[in-house]
Amino acid sequence: MGAMDLRIVHLYPDLMSIYGDRGNVIALEQRARWRDIAVDVRAHRAGDDLDPEWGDLYFFGGGQDQGQDVVGADLQGPNGARLKEAIASGATVLSICGGYQLLGHEYVPEAAPPIPGVGALDVRTVAGKRRYVGNLLVEADGGTLVGFENHSGKTYLGPAARPLGRVLVGGGNNGEDKTEGAVQGKVIGCYLHGSLLPKNPWLADRLLTWALERRHGAVTLTPLDDTAESLARDQATAVARARP
Amino acid sequence: MIRTALAVSAGKLTRIALTTSGRGATALPGLVALAVDPGALRSLTAPLEHGAVCVSGTNGKTTTSRMLSDIVRAAGWSPVHNRSGSNLDRGLVAALLADSTWTGSPRGNVGILEVDEATLPGVVGRLAPRVVVVTNLFRDQLDRYFELDALAKRIAAAVATLPEATTLVLNADDPIVASLAEGHRGPVSYFGVDDPSVGGTVPQSISDATRCPRCGKPLVYRRVILAHVGDWSCSSCGFARPARDLAAATVTLDAAGTVLRIAGAGAAVDAVTVPLPGLYNAYNALAALLAASVLGIGLTTATRALAAFRPAFGRLEIVEAEGRTLRLMLVKNPAGFNAAIGALLETGRRPRLLAALNDRDADGRDVSWIWDADFESLAPRVEHAVITGLRARDLALRFKYAGVDAARLDVIDGWTAALERVIGQTPAGEEIVVVATYTAMLALRDALADLGHVGRFWED
Repeated sequence: MGAMDLRIVHLYPDLMSIYGDRGNVIALEQRARWRDIAVDVRAHRAGDDLDPEWGDLYFFGGGQDQGQDVVGADLQGPNGARLKEAIASGATVLSICGGYQLLGHEYVPEAAPPIPGVGALDVRTVAGKRRYVGNLLVEADGGTLVGFENHSGKTYLGPAARPLGRVLVGGGNNGEDKTEGAVQGKVIGCYLHGSLLPKNPWLADRLLTWALERRHGAVTLTPLDDTAESLARDQATAVARARP
Repeated sequence: MIRTALAVSAGKLTRIALTTSGRGATALPGLVALAVDPGALRSLTAPLEHGAVCVSGTNGKTTTSRMLSDIVRAAGWSPVHNRSGSNLDRGLVAALLADSTWTGSPRGNVGILEVDEATLPGVVGRLAPRVVVVTNLFRDQLDRYFELDALAKRIAAAVATLPEATTLVLNADDPIVASLAEGHRGPVSYFGVDDPSVGGTVPQSISDATRCPRCGKPLVYRRVILAHVGDWSCSSCGFARPARDLAAATVTLDAAGTVLRIAGAGAAVDAVTVPLPGLYNAYNALAALLAASVLGIGLTTATRALAAFRPAFGRLEIVEAEGRTLRLMLVKNPAGFNAAIGALLETGRRPRLLAALNDRDADGRDVSWIWDADFESLAPRVEHAVITGLRARDLALRFKYAGVDAARLDVIDGWTAALERVIGQTPAGEEIVVVATYTAMLALRDALADLGHVGRFWED
């Protein structure tokens, strides 16, 4: 499996990168490199022109309110349409927390007009009074996912999106329907910080497979030794169950 | 007054019960006193002749307040100081209780109060402090403090209620801290590092303030020192790094310490020796020197006190164990980790590490922050690392993804077992760097005490 390459776009790393979400990009890069897949990571910042042709995989993390305003404005311009175009032509996206909310149809604040999102995920988010802060354990189709959530927005899925998984411990999308995250085509959104991908490597590899397909056709990834990843996942899972 | 006396008595009795049973009494007596008299903070500080100084910020508040405490003592004053780093309001009251008579009169004449930055907004209004020092504001324990912008707004709102008599001592190089002056009615003094050779031009990935705190437009940096700290200005509204009242014109760092050449504050001395490595300790020293100068203490006295400074619990404290030197570094957020690691790498050595990650409330329950910390700079230099703590496996994974191969890593459960392993791994005469979060450091310190190498930290 030589001579493959992967192009990652880190969306707004300067404004949307708190809670260690950068670890997801590190995990994707390393898991590709350990398989001799060359990786190129580019940052997209507010005001840059997004090139919808370039990226195989987009990562969009969580941010502070101030950052989210600037990013929201950038995505309401041409860059939002370019990102949708990239997704329509087969790009993979992982979005977390604020990034997840901005990929939905809209975010509805408590006492202000709704803020439109990109509309790449059939979800909408409304401001909530309670903040969900704690370990989050989710049962998904490829295995469990464990991370840490920290949000007050409540996200509800429309018919075109399906939940990433079912909540075992924590609040998840909205604290009501036991769903967590959303999947629509190759776009994933969720509330799992932690970082998510290092200790949930099956999801990292699923994203890598989807992303490589865009320019390299169907691929089968070489298995890696995930002992350390499994140990971290087991410990985090035990903590989530004992101290939610 | 009777209520205060009752509160003081209740708190003191709790303290006696705890200390006679061999336990630390850094917070619980305060909790008890506050339950009896919620106004205890004010009534215990109001009689202080030289007033109270609050030292707050994300990193450096323990070291800065200890430096300041040593300085006022060198000036012949008698500080009331929450020295063991229990800096929530119950810890403050507990420290004040320990240093007061049974009727609630303070035994000292100046308060040096280290205050948690999340507690500061609730505390400053009740204290009417003479000086408020803010060292820096970085992202920290986001599960507890939430976002930095929101925290800065809360602190700014509290600062706006302070009387004109309060002087703010602020880090000019931190735009978020400098913006706290905006709503203050009284005087403001600034410290900073002017040495043009300190820092680079590339913004760091953990920067929290890429946007102007006043207008929201991008900030421009002539120099980036650490995260968003540096020589900054706003590209749009003209808000810029304020003029420094006290600055380091040059900074010379080595493994043992730092020498600063001082500019400003009628600089009567030119060289200040700070016996702690790391640029962040240079900032702590500048904050303490400027606060002392605001209190009317001369630079010569202050400098002499600093030269004899001994670090606090886990802040580069040195412990000897079986012929090995353990250097304890408390870490709790990406900026603190990067600063500690920067100081370590400046020495040019290949460190042997004992790294411990816990996720209790005082550590921050969310361990995500380790992915924001710059393990990639550390990784190629690590000789060997023993990893322990309640979240040891997350930490081991962070080392793996930073490029440290498994042969150089040992994950050991149990504090004593981890200490024994790292001591056994390290040749006699060599140094072990212990990097740990708060409760992990407490546990390691206890294990060291059990092994007979160190006293309990509240005996300080």
